[in-house]
Amino acid sequence: MKIPGQPFSSYGQPSTQQRGVARWISANRAVPGNGVSWTPLHDLEGSITPSGLHFERHHNGVPQIPIDRHQLLMHGLVQRALTFSMSDLARYPMRSQILFIECGGNSNAGWHELAQQTRAGFLHGLASCSEWTGVPLTLLLDEAGLDPSATWLIAEGADAAAIQISLPLSKARKDCLVALYQNGERVRPENGYPLRLIVPGWEGVLNVKWLRRLEVAREPVMARDETARYTELLPSGKARMFTFVMDAKSVITSPSPGHELKDKGMYEIAGLAWTGRGRIRAVDVSADGGASWAPAELQAPVLPMAFTRFRIPWRWSGARAVLKSRATDETGYVQPERAALIAERGRRGYFHYNAIVAWEVDEEGQISHVYR
Amino acid sequence: MSTAETAPARRVAALAGAWCCIALAAPPQAPQLGRPASGELIATWNLSVYPDGRGLPPGQGTASQGRSIYRARCASCHGVDGEGGSGGNLAGRGSLKDADPDQTVGNYWPYATTLFDFVRRAMPMDAPATLSSDEIYAVSAYLLYLNQIVGLDDRLDAQSLPRIRMPNRDGFIGIDADLPSRQIGPR
Repeated sequence: MKIPGQPFSSYGQPSTQQRGVARWISANRAVPGNGVSWTPLHDLEGSITPSGLHFERHHNGVPQIPIDRHQLLMHGLVQRALTFSMSDLARYPMRSQILFIECGGNSNAGWHELAQQTRAGFLHGLASCSEWTGVPLTLLLDEAGLDPSATWLIAEGADAAAIQISLPLSKARKDCLVALYQNGERVRPENGYPLRLIVPGWEGVLNVKWLRRLEVAREPVMARDETARYTELLPSGKARMFTFVMDAKSVITSPSPGHELKDKGMYEIAGLAWTGRGRIRAVDVSADGGASWAPAELQAPVLPMAFTRFRIPWRWSGARAVLKSRATDETGYVQPERAALIAERGRRGYFHYNAIVAWEVDEEGQISHVYR
Repeated sequence: MSTAETAPARRVAALAGAWCCIALAAPPQAPQLGRPASGELIATWNLSVYPDGRGLPPGQGTASQGRSIYRARCASCHGVDGEGGSGGNLAGRGSLKDADPDQTVGNYWPYATTLFDFVRRAMPMDAPATLSSDEIYAVSAYLLYLNQIVGLDDRLDAQSLPRIRMPNRDGFIGIDADLPSRQIGPR
């Protein structure tokens, strides 16, 4: 470069050549604030999702909340009902943790009869991973003083849907945060500014954005989003409820549909694995549709309830190949094949699809989503 | 010269002392900045409605009153008869064992109180929290009527709504937590 470059910028942005790296928005045609946007996992590397690409699930838009007017109310079965301003909370001891958040509806296209053809992130990108920093919830619960009969916590957001969920108090006391920061800066508006409940490893809907109210209770409130939705209908006609923990999942992000292998030869297969039950123990990769498997290298550090990047070198012969990845978590749980998941759950549950994903590479190096 | 050399040394000593106190204070101590929340504030903010009816406000409505409210405020997304549209399908009593069943208020929702709660907090999406309590009881009644759970002139209020036993009340299995005890809600 023999000419002076651009001046400083007060807040850096990605290269203008990278504008195509974007969330894919899929919203209700009648209500633009009701829908999702998907993280483009197929365009990303490493294990941290840029904050501006973190997936979104909004039930009725992103509220604009003045931080100096926002309060968190804690009430119910407590000795002292309390409110906390955001400046009060900023003085509390904090903890940072790198954690994935995954929507219960992530990967739901997998239940369809035919394999949907789109990018990896637009099938599996209702999952993202950030460093969340906030106040351990147990400090606030202790300050309010819990009634011995309390067993549940009901959380509510300040959005136009006033989203509400119930979670067991034992989880709230174990490792939940009320987060003020995401990836070092204040939580983005679409991720819950100014305050988000973080429930490590558990279904995304529990990680209530724009958190305004916590009610200590002795039973769940049976809100719409824990009864009519976020429950999974089984072939028996019964439905699974309170499916909080996100089971182990993995997906190959490179190569994946939309990428093209130009020549035969060496490639690195890379992907992401995660589990709500702790750490990923192993990821095995197959290039022959699951007939044989080889262990991938896990990028250190392998953190609990966080995205884990895996990699393995692969020589493409130029012949048709089916790539799969299979995660095993530290409890010994193994990500199931699609046929096994469907045999157990049927195809009408919508939520919690975590089967092994298969990408087929054809002789031209084009990649498509297949069920094998 | 001597002050310039000793002052930093003193500062280091002071920091070491402070470090010591921090280490001894673990686990983290909250500064206890929460302010007492008044009963009035809680009453204004608390929207929870439980299956046993706790949290339901005064008011009443019937399906016949709810029909016109539903058609004006709900039908554009959920269909004139609750058959769905850009919003979910709300009516129908098909078997949940069918190959591709609609999951509706009538065949899926376990508690009628949830219906009141969700309409109050989130509906209609273009103007949430604008219906009166009477209107919400009436719309809830109309949806229950469309699902053949109440009659056209059955009155819904804070006493009668939680007594409705929804057809799929026992249709759920708790996975990572137990379902509410059988004492809660109607039997």
